Amino acid sequence: MSVLIGENMVGGYGGADILRGCTVAVDEGEIAVIVGPNGAGKSTAMKALLGMIELNSGSVRFRGKEISALTPQARIALGIAFVPQNNNVFTNMTVFENLEMGAFLREDDISETVDQIYQLFPILAEKRNQLAGELSGGQRQQVAVARALMSQPSVLMLDEPTAGVSPIVMDELFDRILEVRQAGVAILMVEQNARQALSIADKGYVLVVGENRHTDSGRALLANPEVRRSFLGG
Amino acid sequence: MIRVENVSKHFGGLKAVDHVSIHIASGSITGLIGPNGAGKTTLFNTIAGLYTPTEGHIYLDDEEITGLKPHQLFARGLLRTFQIAHEFARLSVIENLMMVPGLQSGENLINAWFRRAQVEREEQAIHDKAMQVIDFLNLEHIADELAGNLSGGQKKLLELGRTMMVDAKVVFLDEVGAGVNRTLLREIGDAIIKLNQEQNYTFCMIEHDMDFISRLCDPVICMAEGKVLAEGTADQVKNNEEVIEAYLGHGMKHKGAIA
Repeated sequence: MSVLIGENMVGGYGGADILRGCTVAVDEGEIAVIVGPNGAGKSTAMKALLGMIELNSGSVRFRGKEISALTPQARIALGIAFVPQNNNVFTNMTVFENLEMGAFLREDDISETVDQIYQLFPILAEKRNQLAGELSGGQRQQVAVARALMSQPSVLMLDEPTAGVSPIVMDELFDRILEVRQAGVAILMVEQNARQALSIADKGYVLVVGENRHTDSGRALLANPEVRRSFLGG
Repeated sequence: MIRVENVSKHFGGLKAVDHVSIHIASGSITGLIGPNGAGKTTLFNTIAGLYTPTEGHIYLDDEEITGLKPHQLFARGLLRTFQIAHEFARLSVIENLMMVPGLQSGENLINAWFRRAQVEREEQAIHDKAMQVIDFLNLEHIADELAGNLSGGQKKLLELGRTMMVDAKVVFLDEVGAGVNRTLLREIGDAIIKLNQEQNYTFCMIEHDMDFISRLCDPVICMAEGKVLAEGTADQVKNNEEVIEAYLGHGMKHKGAIA
């Protein structure tokens, strides 16, 4: 069973519908990747899963339970975490304070999670007392992912985690993402570094104008000539 | 074309750019790579007039431009795009583009009332130009959409489009490819090559996609910790041990099973 599924989603920001009946889902222990042209509704699909936009029709279910009516914070409490594309850290707070914010809904002791995070992202341990706004783009991205992990989610949604990070950091981030999956977190991400992302994906979705165009294993999508030509740059 | 001589930019104790000297040759597409936090964007901001350098000098065609403001540099044909798009959210895509050329005669109240024909001619020309740019970037279907409603990648295209609205001499592109679909990025690359070859635009671009850099850029400059680490052709830089260590990594393991 899917941990999180958005089925036949229709909706947008008030004007024309951005999502036009697409379905995306992620299963337990799986990495699912959404690729597609700019404006296809990839980020919007994630926002719908988190409840940041209201759907006109369709259904969002977490472990089989309908959650369409829940607020974003209620969904986060269930175990869904989200890292947006931009403005994804509190720039006026230190790295450690950002991590604390990520644990806002938790009432237990967070120190163990913080230690795990520092092990996963050593650079954050080094910069724990520095303002997130003073960090470089790639370092901020790590803060953003770490902040999301602080709520101990069972599903982590990432919107272009590797946009603007150097190749070495991209490799690192993908390694971290694999480790996060290893720890039992299902991962749903949007990526434009689609070759790299699909090569670690269990499942891939190609969205076009808010609809599902292709759905297959990451490997099969990489091998599909039409997908390569139209979406992966040849 | 652009000479950066011994430029440093400090923020308090942080030496974001530390005695950098580079040369961007006229007609070149110069690539600027380096780890996150290397000072690439700070160097861009210093050249483009957002920051005044702590020390050093910057020249455009042998004329000193150190400390000039962005609008003064714009008037000299030096343009830049931003890593995080700076669009007018409440204006449409085409209006965003039409904002770019300055000193339109319709901006003058008297002209707007009494020289209607001239103003209309100008506006029509700017509108046509904007439509060409929109066409070029495949944004036709969202020409009338509010820019604030665009997806992240579409905003990046709009950033690039703004530089195409005026006859620029040198354009600085800050990660125009981040968040852009790879098929579209290939087309943007084609556009950059075309502008370079046919209209003699000089480009300097920060980019992390090494395939994109290799295809377009010569020379490539790699920065690390505020300094220039290596400079040469894409192949030379890619095979430089220090660059591999600091930036590229040995892994390349997620390069895609079928490359």
